[in-house]
This record gives sequence, structure tokens and C-alpha cells, in this order.
Amino acid sequence: MKSRANLVRRWLFAAGVLLLSECAWSAPSSTSIFSNKTTPAHQLNDLSMFVLGITGLIYVGVSSLLLYAIVKFRARKGDTTEPPQVFGSIQIELSWTIIPILIIVVLFLTTARVLFSVQDAPKPKNALDVIVVGHQFWWEFRYPQYNVVTANELHLPVSSKDAPRPAFMKLTSADVMHSFWVPQLDGKTDVLPNRVNEMWIDPHETGLYLGQCAQFCGPEHAKMLLRVYVDTPEQFKAWIAAQQRTQAELTAVPGGPEGSANEAAPNVGNEAGVVQAAATSKAPPNSPTTRGNVTPSMGEQQQISARMGQYVFEHEACISCHTVAGTVATGRYGPDLTHMMSRETIASGAVPLTKENLLAWINDPNQLKPGSLMPAMHLSERQNEQITAYLMTLK
Amino acid sequence: MGTDSMPAPQGIETGLDRTQELSRPGTYLELVHSWIVTVDHKRLGILYICYALVFLLVAGVEALMIRIQLFYPHNDFVSPYTFNRLFTMHGTTMVFLVGMPILFGFGNYLVPLMIGARDMAFPRLNAFSFWISAFAGLLLYYSFIGGVGLYGTGSAPDVAWFAYAPLTERPFSPGHSTDYWAIAILANGIGSIGTAINIIATVFCMRCKGMTLSRIPLLPWLYATVSFLVLVAVSPLTAAQAMLLIDRYLGGHFFDTQMGGSAILWAHFFWIFGHPEVYVLVLPAFAFANEIIPVFSRKAIFGYPAMVAASVGIGFISLGVWAHHMFTIGMTSFGNAFFTLSTMLVSIPTGIKTFNWLATLWGGKIRFQTPMLFSIAFLFQWVIAGLTGIMLSVSAWNWQLHNSYFVVAHFHYVLVGAIVFMIFAAIYYWYPKMTGRMLDERLGKLHFWLMVIGFHMTFDVMHFPGLLGMPRQIFTYEPDRGWTLLNQIVSVGGFIQGIAVLVLVYNLVHSYFRGVLAGPDPWDAWTLEWATTSPPPAYNFVVDPVVASRRPLWDLKHPEDPDSAFE
Amino acid sequence: MATVPLQHATQEGEWRLPSRGMVAMAGLITAESSIFLIFVVAYLYYLGRDVQGPTPREVLEIPYFGTVCLLSSSGFIMLAERAIEHGKIAAFRLWWGVTILLAAIFLGDTGLEWRKLIVHDHLTIHTNLFGTCFYSLVGLHASHVIVGMLMMLVTMVFALTGHLRAEHSYRVKVLALYWHFVDAVWVVVFTVVYVVGR
Repeated sequence: MKSRANLVRRWLFAAGVLLLSECAWSAPSSTSIFSNKTTPAHQLNDLSMFVLGITGLIYVGVSSLLLYAIVKFRARKGDTTEPPQVFGSIQIELSWTIIPILIIVVLFLTTARVLFSVQDAPKPKNALDVIVVGHQFWWEFRYPQYNVVTANELHLPVSSKDAPRPAFMKLTSADVMHSFWVPQLDGKTDVLPNRVNEMWIDPHETGLYLGQCAQFCGPEHAKMLLRVYVDTPEQFKAWIAAQQRTQAELTAVPGGPEGSANEAAPNVGNEAGVVQAAATSKAPPNSPTTRGNVTPSMGEQQQISARMGQYVFEHEACISCHTVAGTVATGRYGPDLTHMMSRETIASGAVPLTKENLLAWINDPNQLKPGSLMPAMHLSERQNEQITAYLMTLK
Repeated sequence: MGTDSMPAPQGIETGLDRTQELSRPGTYLELVHSWIVTVDHKRLGILYICYALVFLLVAGVEALMIRIQLFYPHNDFVSPYTFNRLFTMHGTTMVFLVGMPILFGFGNYLVPLMIGARDMAFPRLNAFSFWISAFAGLLLYYSFIGGVGLYGTGSAPDVAWFAYAPLTERPFSPGHSTDYWAIAILANGIGSIGTAINIIATVFCMRCKGMTLSRIPLLPWLYATVSFLVLVAVSPLTAAQAMLLIDRYLGGHFFDTQMGGSAILWAHFFWIFGHPEVYVLVLPAFAFANEIIPVFSRKAIFGYPAMVAASVGIGFISLGVWAHHMFTIGMTSFGNAFFTLSTMLVSIPTGIKTFNWLATLWGGKIRFQTPMLFSIAFLFQWVIAGLTGIMLSVSAWNWQLHNSYFVVAHFHYVLVGAIVFMIFAAIYYWYPKMTGRMLDERLGKLHFWLMVIGFHMTFDVMHFPGLLGMPRQIFTYEPDRGWTLLNQIVSVGGFIQGIAVLVLVYNLVHSYFRGVLAGPDPWDAWTLEWATTSPPPAYNFVVDPVVASRRPLWDLKHPEDPDSAFE
Repeated sequence: MATVPLQHATQEGEWRLPSRGMVAMAGLITAESSIFLIFVVAYLYYLGRDVQGPTPREVLEIPYFGTVCLLSSSGFIMLAERAIEHGKIAAFRLWWGVTILLAAIFLGDTGLEWRKLIVHDHLTIHTNLFGTCFYSLVGLHASHVIVGMLMMLVTMVFALTGHLRAEHSYRVKVLALYWHFVDAVWVVVFTVVYVVGR
């Protein structure tokens, strides 16, 4: 009777597993490792199906033998005699040593083939270079070929058969260990300080792909989300062009003195921004020219305007951590804000980028994301709103 | 002395002489004192087991708090800081304060009895090892009070149980919580090394007459292998903790990446310990299975030499597989391939063991008492755990699976599905020997079924969020990822397991006072511990036993067909 | 009946087991070797990875004298072992004393080396990776020399007060095994730090 219960249990269990795996495969998950959109991810997927098949067969075989033994050789009621004692058999034991060895040879060779073909793939000439820098708890992305720096939302061009354009990424960390993982695009690559790791992806379909940091890195590890936008080549080109412009260039009055001074200064990131500002405006970086003009009047200070926001932004500690290319803000510790409004989220994907969220974030980042390294600046409500207004102009 | 002059097998069952402890007059204070100063391997074994069970409850509560937090996306049951402490303490506690002590506890209790010795080789070293481990556990938990330092409020370590550098360095982990972690593990390591030396010396130097190497029961054999692994694997962890403390207290730079230090080196050092540690925990579970499955199948273990060779083989191979925890860290393709192969090789001796258990069942007359129920569930679960292990060893696939909930499910399948299930089996099997009373069978079966249901709800389902991209050690998750329902099933299963453990605790206490008297040999077993009273006297055996086969009690009970005739 | 006496007629000659002291010391040495191995690996891994000086080549001098003292002490402790085995307590005291003296000289030599490094070359454990690895590895070894020396001193006290006799030679041997290990480790440390590392 007990063994029958056992049998029933096993069947139920098997049915449950099947049902669940069905759910898992068909679940509308944007991060399933089985819905791949790149070459390396496809290769990993095919390998995983092969391994799943082999291990599944082994499981069915071994567990049915076990089940059979348990049902067949259960003690019958009233039988007190001992069964015949068998101590071993060289032939049988050899067989279950050699067969697993053969299976392992097959598994290993299959794995090695995929391993070498993915990891040692040659880099094509037209590959897109991306530098990924992990920070506690956000991502910095640099495009050295285009002098573009952005944060948390990575844009890549789609890579088709006719026009392949894989992205080759170099990953490093500014503080502790992180791990870059967008399941639909590729497996993980750890992001370590004092070391550069490499990975490549060639996305076949446009769209938004989600992922997150996969190596525990501190309090906000769970909120270190990743968004990868795969654009058409045209969209990508336009995006790059938009990112390359500095804010000084965008906000400059056409024909005004600053406008001509800042001609086509690319957003080359933070330290380059300093050089740029100094070189093109022919004024020291900490001068009224670069600092959003002159001291505002008392009346103006009461207004909630982008202009006032910039003034507050540049006279508070904001600029020691953040960069807005083409202005005096050249900090490197936090995300580059030059084109902040071109992103859909803030706080590394934690919340959508809306005015309310932005205001709440500036007021106290730890409310939205406890453990965030950005401190609450303890500004007045008006100042917060002014900064928000300014940031909302950073298109 | 011929076979006729031996006592009849029935004689074993009448030989009950209940413990001196119960009959000895004395105050409670004296009783406590006698347990604190004891050097008796049996008492130390029980101390180890009780200590581990207490921490099992503590770490279990931590696990349940984790599961409550993950029941909903964006849940705020606990803060992220607390959550990180919970999973760090859960992992550290389960490995160092539950797994190791409970297995050492059974080893302490059983190894001398099974090899017919009167105590361990070094009884006082044994007591020292236990008390320093106990101190380590208390120190680790004291961090809840003293962790941050001088500010009055403490906090436990929050760096995850593998504590990857440089998160553990001063700039990223100020305060003292990480110091508590490092020092507690250092102290615990010293205790473990002491016990390991003791077990090795006991197995090789304290055997009774006639117990040649090929007649040592499998349990002492496996414990010797485990102890060797502890010597070569726990020591690197001790060294790495010393380095971490040098960094934190003396301003060293071992893992300081700003000064050229390497984060990878810590990962290597940790996993050189960390992977053999899995085998340190699982080999004793195998050892229990090796004793329990034959007795309840009524057959000798199938392929004893292969079982010994496979265990020792697992021990050796496990020393060369550690970097399979690091396939994503940026090793060369050759390195990845090497560790793929070495990891896959472990499955060969493991497979041999599994098939030998199957062959032991085959042709037997299986009795389904609680220890055997747990052992059978162990067999099924172990097969799954081994197969998901093979999946993870496929390095290219591992890039996807690594650090996801799939991995969490895999190692819980090993740690709970195999090890905890076998620990429960061992508790049901040897409790009568330790206390003189049987555990209640009905409660035992209730415990078993609750455990099986809870376990499969939790850990079968837990694989799927991993496949759907859920990384481990996150305090919350986004609602749009399709992980919510799966996490809820997992959490419910966790609570069912919690209830199952409470049933066990009730059973342990209840049966201590009300259980049926066991007699020396309640399971009709064959190894030497069943030849003495339950519980055994302090000196274990009145007369030093002499054995002529692997199953001395079988020889005694079946003089017409003794094992010794075949050796 | 308290227990079931298990006695078999077949006695296969004398029942001999390895000595627990030696097995335990072998276990301890295995564990200690793993600890040293980790520190040696760290030392070798960090060779030449420093971001600032001083480098080993600039500041390290090969401690020939201390090395000769320490390695020769292994020979003297063997003489002591042999002496106690044959019950020659006076000879034992002499060789044992020489061993302790040589160990002390080695430690003194290390102390002078560290003094020179700290005072003259400004290399501390905090200076750079080399400093961290060097002081940790050599210090770990020196701490083992100190432990060995303390145990030998205790034995010496027993020998001088007449409590040590020929039947204790087995215990002396266990201690000597530890001392041989400490010497052997120095060969490794010396090779790594002063030959490969310079």
C-alpha cells in the first residue's frame, strides 16, 4: 500500500514537472534564457537543449529502475527470511562505469565546440566597440568610436545576415564585482575591478531587452537593472548623433557668442568635457561663461525655471559627481546626465523617468532606492523643483 | 572459541541496561557540568547534533523571512540591508553551523562505535574542537549585537556567504560585521581541522582486532575521506580569511583592487574550499545511505570495494573542479574547458555509487520504515541534483545559468534533497542508539510526507525563475518578469518544510520521554554499534570486540552463513 | 548483560595499527601545507603586479646565514632523536639545546632583516602588494618557528628536570616531525621569496 502511494506520488510529481516546464516555456517572460535573439545565445540554447535531452533520458532511465526496484522488492507481510546476499559483480559494475564515461565524452566534446566557437570568435572589422563600466548600483556605457557616454540604457544596432554589426564589449568595474546579464542576448560576463573582460553579441531582432546585475554587489544589487535597446541601423545612427551633441550646443542661442564658441563639441565624456569647455570657450571652466551666465536676481531665484535649475545644479555638489557635457558639470562618480531625458528610466531602471519620480529622487534617492550612493542634498523644495526643471531640458 | 559458545542472536535484544545518566543521582547543575567537561565521544557527538539542530531552526527562520520578502514583487517586508544579512547568515549558518557540526556530530558518535573503539584517538582535542566551533557560532551571531561597532546597534554580515572581494574590503564594508564573519569562520575552521585530524587518527589507529582496512564499514571509510578533504580544503579558507583580516586590520592589499590586488584570487581561494566543502557535506550523507539502505533492504551493500574507491575518487576529483563556480569570471577558453571536463568526471564515481545503491535494493526485501523512506526520497532527489549538476558543468550553458535561481535550486537539491534528507534518515535510524528509545513512527511518516511535499514545491519550482532570468541574492524583483507565481509556490513550499521540521522537533522531545524502549538492536542491523546497549555505556564495549568480516553482527546472527566465510 | 561480547576464534597473528601521534601529525602537516600553499600562490601571483615600489629586487637580501642555521637544525634534531631513543639523556639535552639555539638565531636573523626593511627601506605590510605578501608569508613561517621553539623549550624543561626518559622518544619524534616540516617549508619559502621572487 505504501509503495502504491509512492508510485502515485511519483506520477503526480512527474506530471507536475511537465506542467510546470510547460508554464515556464510559454510564460510571457522577457528574460527567459530560452527566447534568444543573438548568435551566441542561440548556440547556448541549442547546447542546452541537447544537454537537457541527455540528462532527461538518464533521469527517466534511472528513476524507473529505482521505482521498479522499490515496488518489486518490497518486503511481503509475514516474510521474515533474509534475501540472498549478493556482494557485487565486476561485469555489472564495469558496465555502469564505462557507459557514463562515454556519455561524458560526448557531452564534453559538444560543450567544448560551443565554448571555443563563442569565446574565441574573431572580431570583425566593423564591430561596434562598447565599454561597460559597472558601478554600485548603475551601469556606464561608453562608445569609444563615437565619443559617446551614457548610463543604464544601452543602445545597439541590429545585426542582420547581410549587414552584420556585432557589438564587442569590454567590461570593467569601478568598485566591486558585478555581472552583465541580459538573458535573451547572451550569458553572463562578470564585471571586475582592475580587470577587463570581454563578450560579444549580435542581436538579430530590434526591441527592448531586459536584464540585471547578476553578481551580488551590495544593498541595491536587486535594483541594478539593465535595459538594452536594439535599434535599426538608422535609428542607431540618429541616436548616436543626438548623443554626440553637448548641452551647451543644444541650449545655445543661435548666433550668440557661446553658440559659435562651442562648435560641434562632441560629448566625449567627463574629463574630455573639461578640456572641451576650456579649449573652445577660451575661458576657464569655472567662469560665468561656462556656468550658465551671471548670478540671477532675487526675483529670478524665486522662479522655477530651467535656467535657475542649472544655476542651482552648478552651484551645489551635483557637479562633483555628474557630467553634463559642455557645462561645468564634469563629475565622474555618478551617471552622465548630458542626455538624461533621452532615457526612459532613472536610478538604473528602478523607476520610469517622470517628473514626479525625478523630483522624489532628487529630494531623497534613498526613498526610491535604499542604499543608493547618491546622497539627499537637503535642498529646499523650490531648489529641487528648479533642478528638476533643468534636468527635464537635458534632451 | 567456536560459534557455539557465542551468545544467541536473541540475546542482543534482551541486553538493555539503560544509561547511567538517568540512574545517576545528582543535581541539574552537576548534569550540566558533566556535559560541559565531557570528553566522551558520544556526548560530544550529541552536543554537536543539538547545537546544529538549534542553528537549523535559526537559519530556517531566516530562510522563511527571505521567502516572505520574495512572495510579492516590490515587497517591503524587510529592508534591502536586512535581506542581505538574512541570506548571508542563512548560507553561512547552514554550511558552517548546521551542516558541518551535525555531520561531525554523527561522525563523532558513530565512528568509534563502528570500528569497535572505546573513544576517539584524542578525546580532549575532540572537546576542544567542539567548543571552539560552538564559540565560532556564538561569535557569528553576536554580530547582530556588535557588528557595526561602537554605535550601540549592531548588524550581521551582509556580503553573501562567498563574500567576494572587494566588497569585503574596508572601503565597501565599513564597521565590524565582516570581521565577525571572517573570525567566526576562521575559528570554526580550526575546530573542523581538529576534528578531521581526530577522525583520521581514530579510523586508522583505533580499530578493534580483525578490522582490516577492507572490513571497515563504509561510514568510517567515508568519514576518513571527508576528514582528508577538510584538511586540504578548509585550510585554504582559513588562509584566505587570515588574508582578509590582514587587509582589514593591518592595511594589507591582498584583495585591494586599487593597489593591484585581485578580486579573482579571492574567488579562487574561496572555491578551492567551497567546492570540496560540498563533498565534505554530501559524503557523510552518502555514508548514512551506505548504512541504512542495506539494513532496510536486508542485503549487504553491493560492490563494497567500488563504493570505497568511488568515495575516495570523489574526494580527489573534487579538489580539481572548483573553478566551475567561475565560468563567467573571464577565464580563458582552455581554462573553462578544463574545468568543464574535471567537473563532469565527478559524475562517474557518483554514478557508480548511485547504481550500487540501486543494486543493493535489487533482490532485497525492502522495509519501509521512516529511515528508509527518507533514504529512498534521497535516491530520487540525488539523481536530479546530480543531473542538474551536469547541466551546470556545461560551461557554455553555465554562462546563462550561473548565479541564477537555477543554481540556487540545484545546490538546495543537493543540500536539502540529499544531505538534509539523509540527516533526517540518520536521526531516525540512530536516535534509538543515542537515547534508548524509538522515535514515533506515525509522527515520523507525517514528517516525511510533509517534507517531501514541501521540498518538491520549493525546490522543483525554484529552477524555473532561474531559467526565466532571475538572479540570486536579490531582495526584490520586477513584476513584469513572470517570476511572481513561481516565487509564491516556492514560498508556500518553504513553510510546509518549516512545519515538517517542527514535527521532527516535537517528535525528538516527545519520544525522549515517551518513546518505545529500543533495545540494543531495533533495526536488526549488522555493524558494531548495535552490539552494545542503547545508549552505550561510557566505555562502549565491555569486552573489546574482535571482528572477522564487514558485518560482525550478521556473522553472529547467521552462524550458518557468515560473511567471514567469503572473505 | 551490558554488551554482546564479539570474539572470533580466528586470530590472524599480531594486531598492529599505525601510531596515532604520527598519523595526527601527518594530518596537521597536510592542513598546514595547504595554508602555506595558499600564501605561496598569492605571493607568486602578485609578483610584479605592484602599482608602486619598492620591489623585491631593490630591497631583499638573501638570508644565507639564517637559512643555514635553520636547515642544519634539522640535522641536529635528528641527532637528538637518536640520543633519546638510546636513552642518552645528556646527549639529547646537548643536541636539543643546539636545535633551539639555531632556531633562535634564525628568528633573530629574520628580525634584523625586517628591521632593515621597515626602518631603512620603508617597506611595511601597508606599503604595497609585495609588502603585504612578503610579511604575511615570511611571518607565517616565522610564527611556526616560534611555535616549534616553544614546544621544544617545554621539552627541554622536562629534559633538564629529569622527567624525560627513553620511553618518551616516540613523543619527541612526533615533535621532531613537526620541526622537519617547518624546515621543509622554509626551503619552499626561501625559493619563492628569495630565488624566484627576486
